Formats: sequence, C-alpha cells, structure tokens
Amino acid sequence: MTIAPEAPAYTGPIAHLSREDVEQLGRELDAIRQDVLDTRGERDAAYIHKVIKVQRSLELGSRAVLLASIFPPAFVVGTVGLSIAKILDNMEIGHNIMHGQWDWMRDPKIHSSVWEWDNASTSEGWKHSHNELHHTYTNIVGKDNDLGWGIMRVDEEQRWTPATLSQPLMNFINMCIFEYGIAAYDLELGKMRRLKKSGRDMPEGWHEMARNTVKKIRRQAFKDYVAHPLASMVTLSGPTTLLANVTANFVRNVWTHSVIMCGHFPEGVETFELKDIPENETRGEWYVRQMLGSANISGSKFLHLMSGNLSHQIEHHIFPDLPSNRYAEIAPKVRALFDKYGLNYHTAPMPQQVASAWHKVLRLSMPNGFFESTNVRNAPSQFGKLVKAVRGDTRTRRRILKEFEAAGAASVGKAV
Amino acid sequence: MAEISTSTALLSPSKVRRPALRERLSRKAWELAETIATPLAPADYLDLFNPLRPGADLRGRIVKVTPETADAATIEIKPGADWEGHTPGQYVRVGVEVDGVRHWRAYSLTHGPRKDGLISITVKAVPDGKVSSHLVRRLRPGKIVHLEQAAGDFVLPSDLRGHKFLMVTAGSGVTPVIGMLRNLFPVTDEGVVEHQRLDVTVVHVAPSRPDSIFIRNLESLAEAGAIRLVTRYTGSEGRLDLDALTELVPDLKERRAYACGPAGLLDTLQSWYDAEGLPLQTEQFRLATVVTSEGGTVAFKDKTVDAAGDKPILDAAEEAGVLMPSGCRMGICFGCVLPMKEGAVRDLRNGELTVARPGETGPQGVPIQTCISAAAGECVIDHPA
Repeated sequence: MTIAPEAPAYTGPIAHLSREDVEQLGRELDAIRQDVLDTRGERDAAYIHKVIKVQRSLELGSRAVLLASIFPPAFVVGTVGLSIAKILDNMEIGHNIMHGQWDWMRDPKIHSSVWEWDNASTSEGWKHSHNELHHTYTNIVGKDNDLGWGIMRVDEEQRWTPATLSQPLMNFINMCIFEYGIAAYDLELGKMRRLKKSGRDMPEGWHEMARNTVKKIRRQAFKDYVAHPLASMVTLSGPTTLLANVTANFVRNVWTHSVIMCGHFPEGVETFELKDIPENETRGEWYVRQMLGSANISGSKFLHLMSGNLSHQIEHHIFPDLPSNRYAEIAPKVRALFDKYGLNYHTAPMPQQVASAWHKVLRLSMPNGFFESTNVRNAPSQFGKLVKAVRGDTRTRRRILKEFEAAGAASVGKAV
Repeated sequence: MAEISTSTALLSPSKVRRPALRERLSRKAWELAETIATPLAPADYLDLFNPLRPGADLRGRIVKVTPETADAATIEIKPGADWEGHTPGQYVRVGVEVDGVRHWRAYSLTHGPRKDGLISITVKAVPDGKVSSHLVRRLRPGKIVHLEQAAGDFVLPSDLRGHKFLMVTAGSGVTPVIGMLRNLFPVTDEGVVEHQRLDVTVVHVAPSRPDSIFIRNLESLAEAGAIRLVTRYTGSEGRLDLDALTELVPDLKERRAYACGPAGLLDTLQSWYDAEGLPLQTEQFRLATVVTSEGGTVAFKDKTVDAAGDKPILDAAEEAGVLMPSGCRMGICFGCVLPMKEGAVRDLRNGELTVARPGETGPQGVPIQTCISAAAGECVIDHPA
C-alpha cells in the first residue's frame, strides 16, 4: 500500500515511529505468520483432535459421575470435571474453531461454518459480533462493542452519566450470568431497544437470530437443568446434579468473563478514537492497533489451555486465524518486535490483570478526575459534588464534571 | 429398511405394529439423547467408543498394508457397519488426512466381496502425489479413514453366460479388473478355483514387468488356464496401437470389451469402437488437472463472473450483482466463506494457491474466504447468484 506523503505523523504511543517503520513492522509480522502457515500440519491437527477428545471424555465422565452426585465425593469430582469441560469447550475449542483457526484441516465437522458451542449465545451471532466487529474494529470507541460490552464505560473518552455509577455492580452481575450477557450482547439488545423506541425497524434477519437464540437457550437450559437432573433421579441425585450443573455454568461464566476482561480492559491498554483511524488503514497500522489494544496473561501451560490461549491475547489479535497451539511458540518472536519498535508488551499474571481490569471498571464508574482529586480530607465535599452531579440538571452536571477533570489534572501534576 | 417393510407385509396386522412401536421408541430415545448431548450430537460421543458402529458416518479402519511393487501397496480396510457392499470393478472414495488436511481420492476395489468383510484397494504412489505417497508409505494399521459407499458402473453384466470378454488394462488401470477376476476365479492354497467356464482375454500394458502391479496374479491365472494373458511392455516393445491389438487379439470384435487406463489409450480405443459401432466400457483414471492462471472466471449457480487476478472474488462478485455473504473484508472473520467445488484461487496476502479438483476434494468442496481470494482459473462456487 502506498503512503501519501502529506499523511500526518503518528501521535501517542507510536509517535516515535515513522510510517515506513509501521509498514516494516507489518512485513515482519507477516513473515512470522507465514512461518506458521508453512509448518502447519499433522502436529497441529493432532493437537486439536486431542483437546476435543479429552473435552468430550471429561464431559461424559463427569456427567456419569454426577448420576451418583448424592454422594459428596461424586458431587465434587463431577462438578469440577464438568466445569473444566465447559471451559475447554468454550475457550480452547469453541472460540478458536469459530475463528476459523482449524478450517484448513478441511474437516467438515471441525469447521467455523458448522461448529456450535456449549453456551447460550449461538455460534452465528457470536461469529458476527466477535469475529467481524470486535476483531476488525478492536478498541475503537463507539465501533467496537466489546469495549465495555455496551454496558460499561471503560475509556475516559466514553461519556459519564449517573447510570455509570452502577457499572461495578453491572459488571459483577454480567460476570455471574456471562453466557446470557454474551447472547444479549450478540443480539445488540440495547441498540434494538433504542431502535424500537424510536419506531424504526429492526435490521433484516434480526428476528430470526433472536428466535434462534431463544431456541438455543431453551435447549441448553433443558439439558443442564431438566434432562440430566431427571436422569439422576434414579439414584435420588436429581437436586445435586442440578446444583452441580448450575455451579459448572457459573464457574465457566466467571472464568470466561475474567479471562476476557484481561484481554482488553487492564489499565494501560490503548483505546482508539475513530477519528484517529486513517480511512485506508494499512495492514501495518491495523497490526499496531491490535498490538497496543491487547494484554496478555502470563502463567502455566494449564492456564494457557484453560484460557483458550487468550492468555496470548496479543498474538491472537494480531493473527486471529492461526491455530491457538502456536501462539505460545510465536510469542517470543512477537515480543522481540515490540522491543525492537519500542512498544509496550502488556503482560502480567492473572490476579494482577483481573485486579487491574476491575480497577479500571471502578475508576471509570466515577467521573474523570474524581479518583485522582479525592483524598481522605476532601472526601465529604467531593461526594457532595458527586451527588449534585447526579441530581442536578445537564448544565450543572457538565460544570461539575469539568471541575473534577481540572482538579484531577492538577493533582496529577502535583504528584509528578 | 427395504427388507423390514417387505417382511412386515407378510406378517399378521398385530405383529406389524410392534416394529413400528419399537421404531417410534428408538426414535424417541434418540431425540432424548440429542437433548442430552446438545449442542453436540450423540454421535460425537458414540464415535469416541466405536467410529465404525451402525449409524456413524462411514469410516474404515486400516487392517493391513502390503507392498505390491516398489511404489504400490494394497491396503485392506475394515469398513464401518453401514458399508453396503460393492460389485467387483467399482471404486470407493477414501478420505484421509495428509499433513493434517483431509483429502479425498477414488480407488478401485481390488477384491470381490470378501468373507472376512474387509475391502481392499491398491494404490500406486504417483510422483508428487501427496495422497498416494502417504497411503503407500506412511499409512499404518489402526488408522481410521473416511469412506463413501462404493460407486461406478465399470462392472460385469450380471449374467455372464454366452459372453467372451476382453479387458485392456494399462498401468494401475489393472486394479478394477483384478477385482473382477479375483471374484470370478477365487484363489485358494491349491491354486485357482475355476468355477465358471469363461473366455477372458486380458491385455495388460505397462512400462515393464517389475512396474506391473498384480502381474503375478495375472500370470498365475493364465497358468491355471482361467484367462488368456497378453502383456505389452512398452519400455521394450513400444506403444500398443490398434494394429498391434487386432493382431494380438484376433477375435477382438466378438468380445465384450472393458478398458481401464490413462486417457490417451482410452480415447484411441473409444474412437475405434465407435467407428466399428461396438460398445466399450471404460474407466478412466484421470489425473484431474486444474489450469491455474492470473484471474479467471467464477461460476455461481446462476451466473458466471469475470474476476481479475488482483481482486478479491467477493468484490468482483458484488460488482457483478451477486449477493455475497461478507464480514471484515480482511481475512479474519470467516464470515464470507463459501464452498469452491472446482477451480483454483490465490490468497492475496501471500500468493498461496488453493485448488479444488472434483473427485479429490470433499463432497462439500473446499471452503474459501472470498474476501482475500482472487480467482486463479475457472472456479465453480456453490452459491446462488
């Protein structure tokens, strides 16, 4: 792609890079991708076949054990097994197959076009909102709905409203019921409600998608909350099986929510303004946006497996269609490029990343500058102002928000 | 299924209802299994235990791989329970993973139906043949392959009486014929059991004797007097032309003729038989070639679109008014994938070719991402225009 000579220089974290640097970086990443493609083969196929086999055996075994879940050891073993099986299904298997990472095998069953996962969200809806929107418009405020999932403020640039105060609670609830959260999100329920209110038509195909989602939720719930508990009634283990299934779904929800929060929400991960994205974003520029907009989780092989290798979120976002077992292998090469081009490779252990993401959710639930400018001494007056901002009319609120922002900037300046 | 319905028709009405009830019950049980297994299918779990069970996708387990010549091997396969059997001369399509990628090839069955229920194919490793080399050199017993039911009409008539046969085979074209001959003349430890009085002449063409698969089988059949064998080793004796053939087989015109081999030989034979007004049954072992080029055409179900070599098929098709599925338009979301039944496309990101040959790719074709693929030849895509 040719670069217009009058194109403005980069700003922000890539201000030190020239356009030629960015294109060179893109070429070097292309080379890493090509290396993997050239060696992709039997070993990789064997890997995904094995993971699928382990997942199915584990699920089958756990469900069998739960048939006798009235005995506490069986309950514990079955619940742990089923939780792990559901997590494997959603993360290392479902997410990655639906990304087309395994399409190259030409196996009509392990293919992005037909795969369905153990989740309330339909693969069709998820592929659209995740693969198409989130991975293309990663971290662009207003374009990428994953940025706060449309229910949260995760960037200073997003507008603060009194409702934002509830976002830590909303995020907690979303975490507990995450599979339904994703299903609602894939259907863009919020946007649809606004459309309906203003009397406009829903987009074509939306009603069918909604019907399919309801059908899927029914099937999923029937399986976990009716069919299996009924089968367990033979040993009077119905209630305990129900409890085990609820627990496994809950564990899966909390785990996937946490892993996904770590991918883009930790403090220090860049977000982008649509106006800053060049109209004809080059491959290199797109790569850079992926590199700066993602964060990794460091940890053991087991953690990488259980996170569906989203612990290598950076590598995944640069190369969403490479087989997930390769992310760990190319990570050192990718990181070397970060160093070479002076970019920040954002990685930390899981507890740290989860805490950082929650910190951002809490911090941004308050107006910009509130946290920075509040201390023990001025806390009462600060909260008093906040109440005014919530109760007051738009003009008062705007004025107070401005004050917070100015005070925040001043106190940060003092600290420096 | 057909058997059940004819037998129930003969039973008294009270007994007729029972299998129907059982069928209904088993269908109910299956539906229940489906609700328990969702979002997967019960088959996905059952396959863990027995991939060859009734009701499973048709598969086979490799039982034995026996070298025939330096570059050919016979592969014995235990087919899944739903294998419907075959007629000698037919072929089977085999799907096998090479370097992790599923490929399909058709091979003649080289036995009649066997007592042990196994089927066998004989594969010659062709130069640069990814799949054939894999089958001959790397396949090990125990491996599961994918199968389709036997197919093909290169078979003997059901009533053999009164016929004289000529079988012209060239190279690995001998494989369907050996299947027929083995079925006609079973071999035991005592030698060939000739249970039918038949007049069969086999003309076998190959570069040399050591290059000939099944030459010992043909020779021992000839020694036992079951067939008349005429060999033509082109390395030393030159090509087989029609003059030579009529000389070697004087009663050529009286024989019901079968021919299997490369296209050149078959075309020559076909035009001669057509000119004489005589029937000829042929089976061609076609090396499907796909001509690749820069750009080409893309045929949808109701429309064919010209596509440049540097333009994504998605763009070319949309400009021509085809309603295409699409997504990110940069190769990451897989929302634009469509099955290519035939042809070749080039990945615009790295120039890599993806080729679909009818008969060699899966029944559903090769899925391609239209947003990053440019036509590299004449492509056929399974999508309404």
